[in-house]
Amino acid sequence: MSSADQVRMATDIAAQFRHLPPEDGVAAIVTHLRSFWAPSMRAQLVEVARSRPETLDPLVRAAAERLDDDGPAG
Amino acid sequence: MPLLREPDRGTPARPDGAPVDVVVDGLSVTVPEGTSVLRAAAEAGVEVPKLCATESLEPFGSCRMCLVEIDGRRGTPASCTTPVTDGMVVHTQTPTVERLRQGVMELYLSDHPLDCLTCSDNGDCELQDVAGAVGVRDVRYGYAGENHTAEEKDTSNPYFDYDPSKCIVCSRCVRACEEVQGTFALTITGRGFGSRVAASGGESFMDSECVSCGACVQACPTATLQERTVVELGVPKRTVLTTCAYCGVGCSFKAELRGDQVVRMVPHRDGGANEGHSCVKGRFAWGYAIHPDRVLSPMVRDTTEDDWVETSWDEAIARVVDGFARLQAEHGPGAIGGITSSRCTNEEVYAVQKLVRLGFGNNNVDTCARVCHSPTGYGLKTTFGTSAGTQDFRSVAKADVILVIGANPTAAHPVFASRMKRRLREGAELVVIDPRRIDLVRSPHVEAAHHLQLQPGTNVAVVNALAHVVVTEGLVDQGFVAERCEGFAEWAAAIAAPENSPEATEAMTGVPAAEVRAAARLYAGAANAAIYYGLGVTEHSQGSTMVMGMANLAMATGNIGREGVGVNPLRGQNNVQGSCDMGSFPHELPGYRHVGDPANREAFEALWGRPIQAEPGLRIPNMFDAALDGTFRGLFIQGEDVAQSDPNIQHVHAALAAMDLVVVQDLFLNETAEFAHVFLPGTSFLEKDGTFTNAERRINRVRPVMPPRTGKHEWEVAGEIAAGLGHAFGYPDASAIMDEIAALTPTFAGVSFALLDRLGSVQWPCNDSAPEGTPIMHAAGFVRGLGRFVPTPFVATEERTTRAYPLLLTTGRILSQYNVGAQTRRTENVRWHPEDVLDIHRADAELRGIADGDWVHLASRVGQTAMRARLSDRVPPGVVYTTFHHPESGANVVTTEHSDWATNCPEYKVTAVQVTVAEHARPEGVERSPSPPAVPV
Repeated sequence: MSSADQVRMATDIAAQFRHLPPEDGVAAIVTHLRSFWAPSMRAQLVEVARSRPETLDPLVRAAAERLDDDGPAG
Repeated sequence: MPLLREPDRGTPARPDGAPVDVVVDGLSVTVPEGTSVLRAAAEAGVEVPKLCATESLEPFGSCRMCLVEIDGRRGTPASCTTPVTDGMVVHTQTPTVERLRQGVMELYLSDHPLDCLTCSDNGDCELQDVAGAVGVRDVRYGYAGENHTAEEKDTSNPYFDYDPSKCIVCSRCVRACEEVQGTFALTITGRGFGSRVAASGGESFMDSECVSCGACVQACPTATLQERTVVELGVPKRTVLTTCAYCGVGCSFKAELRGDQVVRMVPHRDGGANEGHSCVKGRFAWGYAIHPDRVLSPMVRDTTEDDWVETSWDEAIARVVDGFARLQAEHGPGAIGGITSSRCTNEEVYAVQKLVRLGFGNNNVDTCARVCHSPTGYGLKTTFGTSAGTQDFRSVAKADVILVIGANPTAAHPVFASRMKRRLREGAELVVIDPRRIDLVRSPHVEAAHHLQLQPGTNVAVVNALAHVVVTEGLVDQGFVAERCEGFAEWAAAIAAPENSPEATEAMTGVPAAEVRAAARLYAGAANAAIYYGLGVTEHSQGSTMVMGMANLAMATGNIGREGVGVNPLRGQNNVQGSCDMGSFPHELPGYRHVGDPANREAFEALWGRPIQAEPGLRIPNMFDAALDGTFRGLFIQGEDVAQSDPNIQHVHAALAAMDLVVVQDLFLNETAEFAHVFLPGTSFLEKDGTFTNAERRINRVRPVMPPRTGKHEWEVAGEIAAGLGHAFGYPDASAIMDEIAALTPTFAGVSFALLDRLGSVQWPCNDSAPEGTPIMHAAGFVRGLGRFVPTPFVATEERTTRAYPLLLTTGRILSQYNVGAQTRRTENVRWHPEDVLDIHRADAELRGIADGDWVHLASRVGQTAMRARLSDRVPPGVVYTTFHHPESGANVVTTEHSDWATNCPEYKVTAVQVTVAEHARPEGVERSPSPPAVPV
């Protein structure tokens, strides 16, 4: 699937948690992605965060970076 | 079993009364206060003749057959309308009452055809039975007087005839239409000898307000209202108890047969969900199961350009096995997956998810709940701890205020709607939250106290505004919240913010602030207030948020954990609840347990003998995206027509076309089969052996009326594919599958076919703590312990109207058709809805030069289609509405990629569109093209 789909969906998720303090919002996004997204989808998001971080919503970027820290499975 | 005739004790039970002792013909019997003498006699084993009385209807006292004598009372009262009193002594067989009954029967027979021996009801006619019981030997009036025996039949309805010549004007049909169905389509016109049953204002049944539920036919004691199939085939001889395969109400039916031929489907009075009622679909539209379009043999083809070739099961399964194995070898274990059917049994669905997890070795399994109630699963699990509704259907009888949000139950859950309307006629108040003026807003003896006619896409703003009123006006049930919930303070602080007030949201939602405040006060002030909701809640970009918002509202007002309250999803499909229960989700095993927890996987791995992936798999939309990316190459589709029912269908078609192996298991060659390489014939509900789980978590048996016409049960097919991949299932029968489900799934631990045979049905959880099931959930505590308040900030959908697409399209269903219409379009139900039409407000139509009945283009930024317009004031200006029952109309050509943020449930209910006059009638096929530039209006 195209990374654009992942970015769009992750941005939608981030919008739901924007009311939280940023650290809590990032944590909520990461928890959601780990619980519900297949590893391949998380990997595509991580790749965008690596190659084009400026295109991501700040919360999404922070969440993707945290997934990147998890290793290959994201 | 032989033909099942439930005992008819004449009048409804009155279970709540104090015990009363009565003597009937010398027999002592104790019955609850309020019971009729007629019913008390039946309980004592004494059958009193009756014609206008029947157990499903309130007593009427018109036929004068059930007369009795009572010690200490004058005259011969009708036993149906006479309640028992303590110490009453009743005589049902005295010379006086026998003489009176014979006289009354003579009057009936003097105005009745004497064609018993050739009548379609011969042997099944209550008039015939009662005439025999009262011992009539002569009709002293003769038959030459004025009579009605030459009146003509009304054969307008495709399923039943109305023969007024045989009518005894008992009014059972009229009362059934009022009390049971709630449509009030029938009446008695005229007086005395001129009294006749009339549909609406004397129209034919087909032209009247009759919704063809069959309640009148079932109530009729003669052949006046008779199923066509009985007229053609004869009175049935045996019964198989089974469950309807249409909607999430899950009506229990008696399939009545002669030999192996189904004569009719009659609602089972002891059915827990429906208690003897039905709708036009389950009652009459079962003929699709034996339709000539049924594919009964497997078929294969190398490419989708080739013609189908019939083949053997062995060959077809070998092709499936070899194909999937090759794709995994070439593209990796995650390159294939499966979609389970929400219309198949729990056992069949369990078998397919097991095929995916055990046979394919991944978690790429999903189900149609993805596109309907997946937000219910997310939202209720997050707030309450379990992904299901909180009540049983009976609970509505105790509700004082009912909120119907984004649902149209008279169309989509008609038998439940009948229960709801009965409660509303008794005085419960109704609030409807819907962009359309649904039937419930105003219908016979029912009127909503408030219709919050909101703009599509603003659900969360409205529910937040309701909650704002509850919190800021001191309407919170503080005791309930303190004892049973967590997170209230944070939630309340957020919801009390001014931006959530009705006044602040009015301009966006379109709902006057005063209406919101009044509705909130009504809901919060009720002793018992219940929320019922449907896809108008879930199929939005904030579907999950809205479910949590409703849960917050229910918790804040203490409306959880007893009868008459709750948060009740009206689940669409007959077994969508079951398919979710059975773990048809990429992230959850059966029983809603996350695959990431080793403790959850342990029992399955031990029994199945293979590790289960610990990471979530792909959801249906993700499968399509991955197919276009080239990483997802093969798909097993059980009973889902994704090429018609899923949104943005050009995208779906492209994804299916991109795959190397598409396997479709279904009854008919549907839209999805256009993209298939292997077609495996499926079984209808008349052939299945298993269980369905309805919207109230009720597990019902589905019993085979005939053996599989395809030669195999669907669970056997899944098992053979798994065996080909090296992982045999070894089930001897469907019962063994349920035994395995029970062994592995705590909420199903006590369920078995034997239990269901004994109890009829059971609502999960059913285990040691609740051996006969759980009608009401969260009674002592929430499943997760404390109910969790979750903040629900409103986030507007990305789908916005523009100058090019200035209208909002929302979609829904109607009564006579079901979903994509694969079943109902192959029945006479097409007479009611031969095509999908576009409802458009007169103001919008006038601006566009559209007249009623004109062909119009319906275009969005992703596609366009054409259909006829219908001018309607049910929709507000700016909103248009259509259904999706006919593939020709292609409503999902225009729906977009937007979806619920949590579950990817498609946002079917909010699509920005433009409507323009079509220069000519619909071209052949649906225009699956990108939209041309829209002409701004």
